[in-house]
Amino acid sequence: MRMLGCVSPPTAGELTILGGDPVRDGAAIRGRLGVVPQEDTLDSELSVRENLLVYGRYFGLPRKLINERTDQLLDFVQLTERAGDQVDPLSGGMKRRLTIARSLINDPDILILDEPTTGLDPQARHVVWDRLFSLKQRGVTLILTTHYMDEAEQLCDRLVVMDHGKIAAEGTPRDLIAQYSTAEVLELRFAPGTQEVAVEKIKDLSPERLEVTADRLLLYAADGDEFLARVHEAGIEPLTELVRRSTLEDVFLHLTGRTLVD
Amino acid sequence: MTTETVAVQPAAPVQLPKLPGTAVLSVRAFRCWLLMYQRTWRASIWSSVFGPLFYLGAMGYGLGSLVDKNGTASLGGVPYVVFVAPAVLAVQAMNSGLSNALFPVFGGMHWNKIYLAARATMLRPGDIFRGHLLFIMMRITMNSACFIILMAAFGLIRSPWAVLLLPVSALLGFAFATPSAAWAVTLDHDTQMNYPIRFGAVPLMLFSGTFFPITQLPGWIRPVAYATPLWHGVALCRALSLGDPDAGSAAINVGYLVAMAALGLWWGGRTYRGRLYV
Repeated sequence: MRMLGCVSPPTAGELTILGGDPVRDGAAIRGRLGVVPQEDTLDSELSVRENLLVYGRYFGLPRKLINERTDQLLDFVQLTERAGDQVDPLSGGMKRRLTIARSLINDPDILILDEPTTGLDPQARHVVWDRLFSLKQRGVTLILTTHYMDEAEQLCDRLVVMDHGKIAAEGTPRDLIAQYSTAEVLELRFAPGTQEVAVEKIKDLSPERLEVTADRLLLYAADGDEFLARVHEAGIEPLTELVRRSTLEDVFLHLTGRTLVD
Repeated sequence: MTTETVAVQPAAPVQLPKLPGTAVLSVRAFRCWLLMYQRTWRASIWSSVFGPLFYLGAMGYGLGSLVDKNGTASLGGVPYVVFVAPAVLAVQAMNSGLSNALFPVFGGMHWNKIYLAARATMLRPGDIFRGHLLFIMMRITMNSACFIILMAAFGLIRSPWAVLLLPVSALLGFAFATPSAAWAVTLDHDTQMNYPIRFGAVPLMLFSGTFFPITQLPGWIRPVAYATPLWHGVALCRALSLGDPDAGSAAINVGYLVAMAALGLWWGGRTYRGRLYV
């Protein structure tokens, strides 16, 4: 992400951003980018409005234009009432929205967001998603990283799954699900001690894919209900059963494994 | 199946902006510091005024009354307070350079993260460095100006050469500021910044001919004093204030300080890039 933001030299390969070479034209490219870093870099001693003023000046914008855009952007991220307040006492969600507003002060062609909703409560996340979605509708290109697959599903037209710095898969959320998972997933839980026996029996039903975790079985099937009926026919009695749609999370875990990555 | 190339095509071809000159970009970084200073300048003025008053009162008039009783021949025949005032000005310029270049620079990386915010914009690491130095220079100059006005008000200036006290003390502060900033940006812990103050500034203040002529020190230690930057600043400020500047020595003093400032500028160019473009 830092390389895309032109604040880090490319380590290998080729990188072209907005038609420019990030090593040679880094500063000029940054002039057309908006960056929402993972960790807020707002100046907490300054007011909300002053944070935008400082940033606008970095891009050499005239004061009048900065003021106009500040009004629009604070309205856009719903912080107009806090314009004169210091940043320090703002909530995490407000700070994140302010960071997004600040990143838009130069009217960027590409907005880069590094885990934009990490650490936010559900309400705050939805406000951020809502704002990002409306940016997308206005034609701003968003590049974002996230660990939340629901976020990726909500916001992304194209998705790249990275594992240990390598691209594991690429496509639209729908394509990826179609390619790496089944339409539905059947989740079964068993009484303690009975899971292992059930696993053996279920293997005989030859499911498309079976994943065994510590507390449940995940059965990947085109039709979850149909498979569940076969499970019942075979005399297997799970404690709880759930048929759900396949999600990006299934794709992600399938591609990168369930081992913890630190 | 896997691919190592991902391309994002912008909707329309983008014209990259033309990058303005280094000076313009540095001034943009400077203005951020200026805006922050607008919040705290009142408090800082008090310390700029009272700091020198305390020093001049205690060292100049308090200690000076004792010194003057024993004759002032070794001071060049002037009252102690007149002797010590330009040196305290130099010490204050040094401290001003150090304090403005250590903690705020570290803060730019770790506390208010001004540097990290600025590097995502059109500013380059060098612009961030120079912009901050402009502000530090402004603060040093303000403090020195305050001191010089007080010196004049108390009648402690004996020569028209003293008009050069302001640029000289600003240069002295700057010579301390550039390497300090260059170093502070590389730090990971704020406690490290106490070392140059404790083991650098304090001994320098005591042994650079500040409070007594350097000729009072044992002969073997004098070359060490002559090698320190503060001595050059003290000697020059004193010569200007008392009115006996010698062109040759002054050139050496100024040359030393300019070289130190330039070295710091060069070093900072490297360390700022090393920390902000990684």
